[in-house]
Amino acid sequence: MTLATSAPSAAPATEPRPKLMTHGLEAWFGDNRVLKGVDMPIPAHRVTAIIGPSGCGKSTFIRCLNRMHEMVPGARMAGRVELDGQDVYGPDIDPVLLRRRVGMVFQKPNPFPTMSIRDNVLAGMKLSRRKLGKSEAEGVVESALRGAALWDEVKDQLKKPGMDLSGGQQQRLCIARSIAVEPDVLLMDEPCSALDPIATARIEDLLHELKARYTIAIVTHNMQQAARVSDQTAFFLSGELVELAETNTIFTSPGDRRTEDYITGKFG
Amino acid sequence: MSVGVPEIRDGASIRRRGRNLGERAFVALSLLAIAIPLLILVGLVAHTLSDALGRIDWDFIVGYPSRRASAAGILPALVGSLWLIGLTALIALPLGVGAAVWLEEYGGRSRLAGFIEVNIANLAGVPSIIYGLLGLGLFVRFLGLDRSVLAGALTLSLLVMPIVIMATREALRTVPGHLREAAAALGATRWQVIRQVVLPMSLPGILTGSILSISRAIGETAPLIVVGALTYMTFLPQDPGDPFTALPIQIYNWVSRPQEAFLVNAAAGIMVLLVTMLTLNSAAILLRNRLQRRIRR
Amino acid sequence: MSSFTLPEPAARRATRRGSRPGRRSSATPLAEKAIEWSLLACGLVSILTTLGILAVLLVEAVGFFEQVSLADFLGDTEWTPLFADKHFGIWPLVAGTFLTTGIATLVAVPFGLLAAIYLSEFAPQRARRVLKPALEVLAGVPTIVYGYFALVVVTPMLQEVFPSLAGFNALSAGLVMGIMIIPMVSSLSEDALHAVPMALREASWGLGAGRLVTIFKVVLPAAMSGIVASIILAVSRAVGETMIVAIAAGQQPRLTLDPTVPVETMTSYIVQVSMGDTPTGTLEYRTIFAVGVTLFALTLLMNVLSRRFVKRFRYGASR
Repeated sequence: MTLATSAPSAAPATEPRPKLMTHGLEAWFGDNRVLKGVDMPIPAHRVTAIIGPSGCGKSTFIRCLNRMHEMVPGARMAGRVELDGQDVYGPDIDPVLLRRRVGMVFQKPNPFPTMSIRDNVLAGMKLSRRKLGKSEAEGVVESALRGAALWDEVKDQLKKPGMDLSGGQQQRLCIARSIAVEPDVLLMDEPCSALDPIATARIEDLLHELKARYTIAIVTHNMQQAARVSDQTAFFLSGELVELAETNTIFTSPGDRRTEDYITGKFG
Repeated sequence: MSVGVPEIRDGASIRRRGRNLGERAFVALSLLAIAIPLLILVGLVAHTLSDALGRIDWDFIVGYPSRRASAAGILPALVGSLWLIGLTALIALPLGVGAAVWLEEYGGRSRLAGFIEVNIANLAGVPSIIYGLLGLGLFVRFLGLDRSVLAGALTLSLLVMPIVIMATREALRTVPGHLREAAAALGATRWQVIRQVVLPMSLPGILTGSILSISRAIGETAPLIVVGALTYMTFLPQDPGDPFTALPIQIYNWVSRPQEAFLVNAAAGIMVLLVTMLTLNSAAILLRNRLQRRIRR
Repeated sequence: MSSFTLPEPAARRATRRGSRPGRRSSATPLAEKAIEWSLLACGLVSILTTLGILAVLLVEAVGFFEQVSLADFLGDTEWTPLFADKHFGIWPLVAGTFLTTGIATLVAVPFGLLAAIYLSEFAPQRARRVLKPALEVLAGVPTIVYGYFALVVVTPMLQEVFPSLAGFNALSAGLVMGIMIIPMVSSLSEDALHAVPMALREASWGLGAGRLVTIFKVVLPAAMSGIVASIILAVSRAVGETMIVAIAAGQQPRLTLDPTVPVETMTSYIVQVSMGDTPTGTLEYRTIFAVGVTLFALTLLMNVLSRRFVKRFRYGASR
């Protein structure tokens, strides 16, 4: 495993402790090792993009951060993942509680089909059995939908089914649903790959606003998107972290030959 | 939305609160939900077996019914059941397989095919005693077949036909479409494709489904009662027009008597019935495995 | 497939008619058509069967209703067609059917649903491959055997707990019927649960909901129409069940909801008359068809309803 940085300004040593940090993270599906020891910091209140060809382990990586990886039968991991310095795989840690602090938005929008827009936003509260008074609930719905830049479009139709919205709106609804739970971190697994360019652009704009309140890690197969939205970018290849650097740097003068080959399209 | 100063939030604790008893208790409960009925079934069968073992002997199997429980035998019932499944197989299998072939290979999405499918789906859910009433009205009385083994077999055939059709269709569907296309591209007519490609390949599934359907027919009691199977028969049927009895009918007759000894007879009869069904089902599975191995070659 | 033989090309076929002695290929268009039509005839048997059922039931039922008014049939509360003082109210039989079916449903639904949830959400693949067919065995046992169990084993056992339980009663029959129909609930429900997309579960887990909460608040509601379909199907099966109730539930038509006394169901009444020596063509004979029509209509209704629910879950209840 190599961690190559190309410019001094990327060194995290002078910054406060990263929000998330992995040490020697490995992951398997059955006998198939898909992550081969990844050490990577994810700094707070910044957008970290994770790029790499298909099968390089980037989705598996972020799924290890909120312990979704272990929900697959036959999947296992090794190594440390620290949230604010605390190992999330510790024996006394409840993964359910972890996932309330580290939220996830998936590739294909997945609002709950039997729920209205309003109930979808509140789903996180209902599922964790948090009781909310009516006005408090309305407040959560509005602030979450505003945070996802969806409020103005749906504020008069909160009772409509979540599935009635367009693809891009559904994905923003899923983002609203995730932030309603007030996580610290938002993990996004190729959130725009099922959306049209206009919807994609709206979500990308949203990310600039969201990072003020959350730490964001976004997996994307679209390099231009990574260049547009992120502060730092990590390049994964065959289960290894090849290079981690400031986004500007990695796309203009990458330190590793493999990064350069990927970015210039020599393989993909 | 205003940006402002980034909030530094002290994250809520992610430490486990209490042990995860709820989920483990639920899994245990649901495993019980599966285990309890199965254990009950095993218990009931064991109870019956212990009652039956003392009673079953060669005399029982080849003997005739009697007013004395200890002298009663099951031969007419056994022979009657064999007659029934033989005739039922002869009638229901060709008709059922034929119908399935038509639906899968010729019918397509036509309205007629859809109508036939709806019929079959409904017929599969009709209670077996209704088939008995059908048999009584149509075969026994209208066609004048009287209370014969033929009438019984015809009734059972109609009863099992929907199952034969559904099982055969499943088997036909396992033949990949490209094989049909390849044969057709060689100039084969539709029937030739079916006879020489589709049927041989789906034969294991068809046979298995057929045998299992017939095996189910052996256990049917209600329709036969309505059609007029005798409950006390002292001779064996010689041709399809003869009166008849069957294993489940004989068992029902014995169960209906209050004397303990007849209940033991019933247990013995049940064992004979279950062994027969088990043999047929195992034969079906063995046959399927052997044929499947030959096809995979 | 080693028996595959190449047919002769079409051109040669057309000129071959009658010129080659003894070698008639089945490839002539007429033969093809004949084969197709005989296969179609096989398919038409199913339509004829349905027509036959309707004809037989309706002809005799009409004969019945010429002598007994519909008002009596639906209004009288006694069913005594074989006695001297004849009453033809269907309700005692319906009550008997309802009672035994109700008990069976109360057994089958919890067991079946729990089994389905385990098989779909928790069971490892190997366990599923063993347990699912194992449950199907419950449905494969002949009903006469279940009837024997109910009468000879279950009733005496229950009488130890409830000494006032009659020798023939609805409770034993209902319990045993319940066990028999568990696989109908568990199989179809499991299919419905399985069909709920993984994405929904992941969305729920991702929000920090535990496994159980996800199952009860996300997966189960999404699978609800399939589950309802399975229950309706199981109820329909219980309504049509004959031998278990004929052996263990008794032959005394009674308008009651008491599970400890003998009752008679629609199905066991038909058996009772068939076992006796009621001459054909009489009013008493026609009663079994009147009851049969009622039974047929009930089960048909439920089966159609069940299939509507299945369509909803198979073709996207989630829009």
